[in-house]
Amino acid sequence: MSTLHTVNKSPFERDSLSSCIRLAVKGSAILLIEDGVFGAMAGTDHSDMVQAAMKDASVYVLGPDLAARGMSEDRVIDGIQIIDYSGFVNLTAECNNVQSWL
Amino acid sequence: MKYSIMVNEGPYTHQASDTALHFCKAALEAGHEIFRVFFYHDGVNNGTRFTVPPQDDRNIQQEWSKLASAHDIDLVVCIAAAQRRGIMDADEAKRQGIDGNNIAPGFRISGLGQLIEGGIIADRQLVFGD
Amino acid sequence: MATKKFMFLNRKAPYGTVYALESLEVVLIGAAFEQDVSLAFIGDGVYQIAKNQNTDGIGMKNFSPTYKALGDYEVTKLYVEKESLEARGLTLDDLMDLTWEDEDDDYAEKPSIRLVSAAELAAVFDEQDVVLSF
Repeated sequence: MSTLHTVNKSPFERDSLSSCIRLAVKGSAILLIEDGVFGAMAGTDHSDMVQAAMKDASVYVLGPDLAARGMSEDRVIDGIQIIDYSGFVNLTAECNNVQSWL
Repeated sequence: MKYSIMVNEGPYTHQASDTALHFCKAALEAGHEIFRVFFYHDGVNNGTRFTVPPQDDRNIQQEWSKLASAHDIDLVVCIAAAQRRGIMDADEAKRQGIDGNNIAPGFRISGLGQLIEGGIIADRQLVFGD
Repeated sequence: MATKKFMFLNRKAPYGTVYALESLEVVLIGAAFEQDVSLAFIGDGVYQIAKNQNTDGIGMKNFSPTYKALGDYEVTKLYVEKESLEARGLTLDDLMDLTWEDEDDDYAEKPSIRLVSAAELAAVFDEQDVVLSF
């Protein structure tokens, strides 16, 4: 895989997720962590943007950060993969580099 | 795989340092190497041994110190950022004429070149911040 | 040491937070390592290189002149995302005139700022070995 992009900010607060989606090449991986996990939820003002991005990028969300915030895995957008820290590590090893969107 | 990590925020206010710790632990468990953790901006505040959180909370500074000693990780606090924010080791305190120091065990103070060198040497560079 | 492609990703405005200043400090130190260095200005990061910065009234150091020195450090690739600039009602004329001297071309002065689309910048990001985000 090419680049792993990490996003740790809520799409309601900052433009980190939209910037990441705009500037990620096709075939990238996007991992939502910390407050970034709110971007993984279905039925929000940003769900359509994320679903459109999933045509070109694989999207992942960090499960422990979802759980900490009381966000149910059932309400995560279909097709987003829920991973733990070891999955995060695996993604960084599989991708060529890692780019943080703070 | 060899990792270099940058932590840009202090403990407790932002999750960045916690996430970096969890990532490092998971990477070590998977058999990877954490070559260096570089603390920049308010991230230098992870390196003060004067941190005393409530007993029912985690001690992030101690977690870093423990991890570093168990796995031989180079914890580097940026000197320029540290000077701005009052993080001192004994040598630096002497040089600045300050009557004490607060650097935590396992941390050392050094220059920004260590960050660049980390990026050159490591297979992967990660940034945790705000 | 091997040469790697280093990208400094700037997405925050100056003065409100310290990230722009301390990012610039890394760039200056990093220049000594003779790596292939680029900077990108995205989102509010484009305000870092705006013209006419004057900090007299806020008691902070105006560090914008330092960007003009980057060329002397052989940091000559400053990517500005077109979409970010336009979204803020700005054009290249609103940014500082940043140049470098090409010693292979009779020291001709060349612009350091490269105005690129999101798609072009995405391709540049994809080539990087190390991305330091601020």
